[in-house]
Amino acid sequence: MEKLTNRSVAVDRSPMTFGEKIYLPAIFKGLTITIGHIFKKKATVQYPEQKRPFSPVFRGLHVLNRDEEGRERCTACGLCALACPAEAITMEAAERKPEEKDLYREEKYAAKYEINMLRCIFCGYCEEACPKDAIYLSETLMPTHYSRKTMVYKKEDLLIPHPKKQAGQ
Amino acid sequence: MLLLQIDIAFLIEKVILATVILLGSLGIAMYATWGERKVAAIMQDRIGPNRAGPLGLLQPLADGAKLFFKEEIIPDSSTRFLFILGPSLAMLTATMTSAVIPWGPDYVTESGRVISLQVADINIGILFIFGVVSLGVYGIMLGGWASNNKFSLLSSIRAAAQAVSYELALGISLVALLMMTGSLSLREIVAQQHGFWADGYFTWNFFKQPLGFLIFLICTFAELNRAPFDMAECESELNMGYHQEYSSMKLGFYLFAEYINMFISSVVIATLFFGGYNFPFMDEVLAGTGQMVFAIICVLVLLTKAIGFILFFMFIRWTLPRFRYDQLMKLGWRSLIPLALFNMLVTGLVILYALN
Repeated sequence: MEKLTNRSVAVDRSPMTFGEKIYLPAIFKGLTITIGHIFKKKATVQYPEQKRPFSPVFRGLHVLNRDEEGRERCTACGLCALACPAEAITMEAAERKPEEKDLYREEKYAAKYEINMLRCIFCGYCEEACPKDAIYLSETLMPTHYSRKTMVYKKEDLLIPHPKKQAGQ
Repeated sequence: MLLLQIDIAFLIEKVILATVILLGSLGIAMYATWGERKVAAIMQDRIGPNRAGPLGLLQPLADGAKLFFKEEIIPDSSTRFLFILGPSLAMLTATMTSAVIPWGPDYVTESGRVISLQVADINIGILFIFGVVSLGVYGIMLGGWASNNKFSLLSSIRAAAQAVSYELALGISLVALLMMTGSLSLREIVAQQHGFWADGYFTWNFFKQPLGFLIFLICTFAELNRAPFDMAECESELNMGYHQEYSSMKLGFYLFAEYINMFISSVVIATLFFGGYNFPFMDEVLAGTGQMVFAIICVLVLLTKAIGFILFFMFIRWTLPRFRYDQLMKLGWRSLIPLALFNMLVTGLVILYALN
């Protein structure tokens, strides 16, 4: 067989020499290595107090975006649900009424928008598929839940807060 | 006529001494578990327990509390009596050895009363330690057998075979030492190692029996069932070994007995080979300070030596991989026993030569 790399080394099966048989030099060598590690820098990050910065391509919890005036950007086109390899996204579209003009950006909107976080694999394809810049993967870590029911995130859980109104209103 | 004079003060002082030693060895064993986790962490570039109290110092208490509150499961198919006897025996034998160790020099009160810092000065101290240590393997064997689990049984068979094999080399390496000291009493052996330097040579037995010390140390690792000889709890082959079916404080007893054994073994090694409570310039220190301070310094010196050995045990555990079983047996029977016999022979020849 042709060699792929020149890094392969044949296993040395020659019998142990006397120096190897008495083990002690090897034990001493090992001890110097481990004792040397006492003085090395610790790799531990004390997590809740210290946090390491995320990579720029980190994909965390989803958010549904609003435009500058606080209107929902999502038009329920379904492209994100189509792109989703885990089939985690469900939505129902509805037509915007005239009085809802400052709630939704375009004539069609998502009446229901759910992401099943138990199915989601955080691949970010929904973000790439979205033609309206409506869905983004944030830098928030996925929290844990006590029940499966609460793992299905509703639209209210996903929408970012209104830029003009205060949160909770 | 009163044949047996009961010395109340003697009884009281022995009871106090035994209690202090028992509690002390339990405390040191407790903090050995903390120390082991710290040492492991530091050697692997981690920090180790640091949440429970400053530097994680309350971690052993938290561990103990956790073990106490765990559900206790006794398997249906187990032999109930032996199943409970196993950990009790392991714990009992672990704490029993401390009785014959001289923890410090005699303290003479003003009324001329001699208070010995040794619970029992029996003239066969080393034999007693050997006997108790050999009993210790019964804890593991009974536990593994009574669990009625094939892995536990296999592990306890391994442990027993290992203990039997290494006890031989352990004993023979000690015979050479005993030929030199001429006494089985630990107090006598420590007294012979007085100070550090006398008559142009070191007094500590380590410098007279370096090979014997090495064999003794290696065999101690095997007797303690500690890495690299922890055949009895080989995770990759036997799940958890003999204590697989154990839960709650019974498991805790097994784990704890190992640490007590480690402490006691360290003290025994320090006593036999590293001069016990003796330290260089001890006569000058005794002349300079009072008897009380001197006794405390002696006890601290012994504890320092013991803690040094405990740390060494830990360093070795986190450095070396586990031996394969056939390698272990080969090392015991084909290397250590002939080496110990050779050491005994050379010692005998030297003594014979020196006597003539």
